[in-house]
Amino acid sequence: MSELKELQDLVSQVRRDIVRMVHKVNSGHPGGSLGCTEFMVALYNEIMDLKEGFDMNGRDEDLFFLSNGHISPLFYSVLARRGYFPIEELQTFRLLNSRLQGHPATHEGLPGVRIASGSLGQGMSVAIGAALAKKLNNDEHLVYSLHGDGELQEGQNWEAIMYAAGNKVDNLIATIDHNGQQIDGATTDVLPMGDLKKKFEAFGWDTMEIKNGNNLEEIIQGLKAAKQRTGKGKPVCVIMDTVMGHGVDFMMYTHAWHGKAPNDEQLEIALSQNPETLGDY
Amino acid sequence: MKKYIDQGKKDTRSGYGAGMTVLGRTNPKVVALCADLVGSLKIQEFINENPERFFQVGIAEANMMGIAAGLTIGGYIPFTGTFANFSTGRVYDQIRQSIAYSGKNVKICASHAGITLGEDGATHQILEDIGLMKMLPGMTVINPCDFNQTKAATIAIAEHEGPVYLRFGRPAVANFTPADQNFEIGKALLLNEGTDVTIIATGHLVWQSLIAAENLESKGISAEVINIHTIKPLDEEAVIKSAQKTGAVITAEEHNYLGGLGESVARTLTTNYPVPQEFIATQDTFGESGTPDQLMEKYGLDNKAIEKAVLGVLKRKA
Repeated sequence: MSELKELQDLVSQVRRDIVRMVHKVNSGHPGGSLGCTEFMVALYNEIMDLKEGFDMNGRDEDLFFLSNGHISPLFYSVLARRGYFPIEELQTFRLLNSRLQGHPATHEGLPGVRIASGSLGQGMSVAIGAALAKKLNNDEHLVYSLHGDGELQEGQNWEAIMYAAGNKVDNLIATIDHNGQQIDGATTDVLPMGDLKKKFEAFGWDTMEIKNGNNLEEIIQGLKAAKQRTGKGKPVCVIMDTVMGHGVDFMMYTHAWHGKAPNDEQLEIALSQNPETLGDY
Repeated sequence: MKKYIDQGKKDTRSGYGAGMTVLGRTNPKVVALCADLVGSLKIQEFINENPERFFQVGIAEANMMGIAAGLTIGGYIPFTGTFANFSTGRVYDQIRQSIAYSGKNVKICASHAGITLGEDGATHQILEDIGLMKMLPGMTVINPCDFNQTKAATIAIAEHEGPVYLRFGRPAVANFTPADQNFEIGKALLLNEGTDVTIIATGHLVWQSLIAAENLESKGISAEVINIHTIKPLDEEAVIKSAQKTGAVITAEEHNYLGGLGESVARTLTTNYPVPQEFIATQDTFGESGTPDQLMEKYGLDNKAIEKAVLGVLKRKA
């Protein structure tokens, strides 16, 4: 188990990686990446049971699927700093001939990535398939997934949500990044989705909330509670309230930084708010 | 010419079902998924014998493609089953991202392909699926010609690592290839040797091509008939070799001429050994309701249409 301080340091370093990556290529998605940093750092370093190294099939270890693939800067930073590939490789993000594609892909063989994502709404189905494979293999490890709240506007999710409950896929924890923002504005303006918790419950999921998804302790506690709720006949949904752009003050509480990179000056401000702890790449 | 005997009419989708039964007994990694069309896909025996390896996903094809991709993670070989229309056009982006681009070992098995789906009409008769699937990098595209070949193809694709689109049909058609055939992906089969013209056919059009070749023989025209069960990767060597011998080509398929077998053959010939070619295919149109035989006649997909096309292409021969 990692000390909370160590995880907090990692959070700060990952946030630096995210803004530096998107700044360098003047493209990418910092907002959602920053908002889910506590979640993904906790998941990979405190919650999941992971083997050393990487193999595609992931037998006898927990698996994670990123459905909202545009927050790839976060995913890549967490994977690299967990040891899946060299940290220096982060500097190739979105460049020609890189394994770090704009959206995650298996095509270039990047360790840690098991499915391409980016075209939204597909990840939950894939996670269900992987969870079913675990059951067939008598592998008691869990499958985690992350989805944007705006992403839930894609209909395929609801096919998957229906299937998982109807077939008791209870080794799956689907987490929703509930930041209330999407490209065109607030989700309540673009397409109001109502009460997500009630919707998941109505579909037959065991649903819980993490009220402060940018608080490491709350995230860890919440995900540990979610784990306890697996294996009881229902898939588990965690709705996690986050702030898009969290950790960089001028990127918070707006959709403006969903897919926009900071300029030189903005980068310096962002970095000054997130101290270098483990060494920049 | 070598005679092929119709061993009795059978639907190719039953060949899929029979192949799945064999795989259920021989390959513990094979799992089947279906989107509410078990009866149409003829996989009840597989389900009865392997209930734990069958996933009924309901009328939710997008979810089915994603679940299939996920099942490969953990080492399984998923075979998805629904009509060709819902196996391709309806879920193109799911196949593109979660299966093809992700390099997943999913077998997309599609029944009721083409116009011979019949009375249900154009909403269900996809004539674009070969094109959609062959354009995806890394996708293998197979369209076997009869029951025996569909069964053999089903069994063979389980041994192939990578995504495969396997296309078959609804109506009972002549079953004329050997029951014990060895199915080799990407290997064209020379069914009849000829010297005047080459008929390159796939799926239901192979039998029609053999009938056409017999009729042509009585008119003194020697037609070579090639069964291209694998449209991608195309057996280019067999196509070029035959074109060099006969100097004229007909392609025959139950598909739009845009994007189908004919275009793949034309590309191969244009870049290697150009010869006159005529396309037996639908002419950029939707289908309609009718019996399979009526539709094949109306849309110019039967042996008479092939014969006519042969007479046409022979006039263009140098």
